[in-house]
Amino acid sequence: MNLLEIKNLKLDFGSGAEALRAVDGVSLAIGAGETVCLVGESGCGKTVTALSIARLVPAPPANYVGGEILLYGTDVLKMSGEALRNIRGGVVSYIFQEPGAALNPVFRVGNQIKESLKLHKPEKANDDEVIRLLKLVGIPAPESRIRNYPFEMSGGMQQRVMIAMALASEPKLLVADEPTTALDVTIQAQILELLHELKQRLGMAILLITHNLGIVGDMADRVAVMYAGQIVELSPAKELLRRTLHPYTKALMASVPKLRGDADRLSAIPGNVPRIGNFPPGCRFAPRCPIAKPECSKEIPELVEVETGRWVRCPFWK
Amino acid sequence: MVGGVILIALYLVALFAGFIAPYGYERQDRDRFFHPPTWPRLAGFHLAVPRYEQLPGNFNYRAVPGDLKPIHFLVQGDKYKLFGLIPATIHLFGTGDVNYPVYPLGTDQFGRDVLSRLLCGSQISLSIGVVGILLSFTFGMIIGGISGYFSGTTDTVIMRLCELVMSIPALYLIISLRAAFPPGMSSAQVYAMIIVILSFIGWASMARVIRGMTLSLREQQFVLAARALGQSHLRVIVRHILPNTFSYVIVAATLSVPYYILGEVVLSFLGVGIQEPNASWGNMLTAAQNTEILRNFPWLLAPGAAIFVTVLAFNFLGDGLRDAADTKSL
Amino acid sequence: MWSYLGKRLLHLIPLLLGVSLLTFLLMSLAPGDFFTALSQNPQISPETIARLKAQFHLDRPWYVQYFYWFKSVLHGDFGYSLAYKIPATSLIVGRVGNTFLLSFFAMVIAWVIAVPLGIWAAVKKDSWVDRGCSLVAFLGLSIPEILLALLALWFAAATGWFPVGGAQSPLHDLMSPAQQFWDRAHHLILPALVLAAADWAGIMRQMRSNLLDTLRAEYVTAARARGLGEGWVVWKHALRNAINPLLTIFGYSLAALLSGAFIVENIMAWPGLGRLTMEAFFAKDSYLVVDCVVMATALLVIGNFMADLLLAWSDPRIRLK
Repeated sequence: MNLLEIKNLKLDFGSGAEALRAVDGVSLAIGAGETVCLVGESGCGKTVTALSIARLVPAPPANYVGGEILLYGTDVLKMSGEALRNIRGGVVSYIFQEPGAALNPVFRVGNQIKESLKLHKPEKANDDEVIRLLKLVGIPAPESRIRNYPFEMSGGMQQRVMIAMALASEPKLLVADEPTTALDVTIQAQILELLHELKQRLGMAILLITHNLGIVGDMADRVAVMYAGQIVELSPAKELLRRTLHPYTKALMASVPKLRGDADRLSAIPGNVPRIGNFPPGCRFAPRCPIAKPECSKEIPELVEVETGRWVRCPFWK
Repeated sequence: MVGGVILIALYLVALFAGFIAPYGYERQDRDRFFHPPTWPRLAGFHLAVPRYEQLPGNFNYRAVPGDLKPIHFLVQGDKYKLFGLIPATIHLFGTGDVNYPVYPLGTDQFGRDVLSRLLCGSQISLSIGVVGILLSFTFGMIIGGISGYFSGTTDTVIMRLCELVMSIPALYLIISLRAAFPPGMSSAQVYAMIIVILSFIGWASMARVIRGMTLSLREQQFVLAARALGQSHLRVIVRHILPNTFSYVIVAATLSVPYYILGEVVLSFLGVGIQEPNASWGNMLTAAQNTEILRNFPWLLAPGAAIFVTVLAFNFLGDGLRDAADTKSL
Repeated sequence: MWSYLGKRLLHLIPLLLGVSLLTFLLMSLAPGDFFTALSQNPQISPETIARLKAQFHLDRPWYVQYFYWFKSVLHGDFGYSLAYKIPATSLIVGRVGNTFLLSFFAMVIAWVIAVPLGIWAAVKKDSWVDRGCSLVAFLGLSIPEILLALLALWFAAATGWFPVGGAQSPLHDLMSPAQQFWDRAHHLILPALVLAAADWAGIMRQMRSNLLDTLRAEYVTAARARGLGEGWVVWKHALRNAINPLLTIFGYSLAALLSGAFIVENIMAWPGLGRLTMEAFFAKDSYLVVDCVVMATALLVIGNFMADLLLAWSDPRIRLK
């Protein structure tokens, strides 16, 4: 049984006539110890999908209208409140984009970590364990850092603290929602390296959400590309980097500025990402797609496995 | 927007107060002190008012059943000046017969019609609020703009002054300011004095906020652009920076008018504002302080209800404006 | 933090000085003084009046008067009340105590009612509880204090459950200590309720909006993501942060309270600073008026300072920067 199986998840905001579909039939599986990257631009629904794994999206205004999310075979969307609280932290842990905003500003760092421990591993809820965790994430002089407040730390350190807090409960799956976007480039590299190392040591699965294709190569086993609430390509990372299939992924790769080679014009994808509620008919990428044909706008193409382990939502992927 | 509608209605009524009121605000009916409200009844197709007779005891009146006089519209009555300029004698309604007075809200301790005084008083109470706000906010905006724009010593001095004024609890400051004026003044002078006093309270907090906004607006590109085009400091402040604060100022002004109205009410209530025989909602309430009077003649609280409605309307309007401004800035 | 607070404390002194100067100046602008009324009295000779004036420095220009006043204040002596013919200090101390009592209890009542209601309204956003609270708060914000005080008087007179004004009954000194305590409390209830009624609405609205803002913060989602129960998240994480901005409006609340106390004292005959100010005003007892205004300002400023202390203690970001 897979650690995580998202099956055809459909999520609306609002209900009735004004319902806006943010996640439209997303299916994704993650096995133990696997690292999956969820890639896409802002507004494509990746954060909401990730938050749904622990049902963290506030339920009004959100509305789960279809699909299941199976964690070790049990559907999260149907879990009781108590079961939900158990898996949060216990099975799935999160780290967020802005560590400064995700840490409570009025409590000391050590206390916040201990709080998590008290809940999931009460026998280890002491300062020694906190120090061990801080060491694990590479914070120097952890004994004094315990008594710090979040604002007394740099961005990179705050992020490490958040990782420590997430690891305290020994989760099987770590969901990292754009963990490095708010950090400097050099710190980014450090944090990614830390995540990689932790994954090796602890055997955790990681769902890494990002809009930066650059980090996919280093981190991911598999990659899922999302556009306008749907997955448009799903494939092992190395294969994706070697040869992309979906026009959107191709365009994304092409738009990454290259430092070497001829200095061409920056190639940007023309047009704008459609906002939820304003999706075009048929294939949602068609208006911006360089190889779009008239039949693309008639029906939404299915996600089809075209080679082993490689899925594409485009009939013209060749 | 309910607030806006109510307010427009109120101010229109105030404008035409002399006309709408059945009697002049000074007119005393010496036979009828503390008369209860004369409820009109239906007589045929007209609203009619009964005759009241006085019973033994203090200020006891009872309607004589069957003895009615119809109320006509547009009757002749006491002299007044419409809009303070045009002499007129036509009133909106009345019976035209002295023995059948129309006192929809009863009379006060001097036999004066409460409704008439309420309407005439509304002219003062409502206008003071608006004029006071205009004065103090204009002043506050300019001072705040100057302070934030120039910074340095000017800023420090002005801010210290603001802090000084704001440290004194409002009513204590009002009374101190009142003490600076001689006790006996003409009603026009009193009116002006109240406006000046109230303005003095409000400018400080407005200046502070505008100064804060100016400090940040000052750094923006369009200010630099304006200066690069050779515009003088004052022009930049007035024409470029201040207009950007308008959305805040309008909301703040609308929500502050009630305090100004209440300031005048309190001053008049304590006897140091609008003086008798002029009517103001404040000095009409002074009589209600006596609990005996209050128990027996509760209609004297009518001005309090009027103030409540006005404040409520301003708050509605202000809240509505604030919501509108917020959605715009989102 | 201590240096910051120390600086603020030092700040107070020139502030109070400035206030006293301003008030003195204002009082001196009006023609006539305490003895104007006396000089109308044919029985009192002009020489007596001249002598009295000289004794109280009222024949000198205002800045000289101020100098003498200031000097005596430095010695803890607030001068002499011309109207009451007793040293002003004892008069003021008693009245300040009463105003403080009234304001303090009103504040406690207002906050004890407003904060839980605000929390409840925020947690049950858009329910009938929330809407009901908002409506009542809106009405409460709009009702003028004068009207409320008058209605309270009427209520007291009509039902006879509460005394109509005053701080103690005429027989107070003849009562036993226990009775005296109840007597004072009984007199305090209605004025404190009236004062609190005007204040609570703003606090409730602010608490509700603060809590709603905090509940949207990322650290709340992060806390939920760690598996913490909803109640725990609200109480420990969200509330703790929502309280801080509330302390900043404490200052405005206190200012409104002191102004409100002025009205309530005068209408309900509560012998506090506000009532004394009016009495002194009518008697043209300028020294006393200045004393009152300075005391009221001091109350407000010290109250603000306490709020700053509280905020510094509560918010580590302020404490350590």
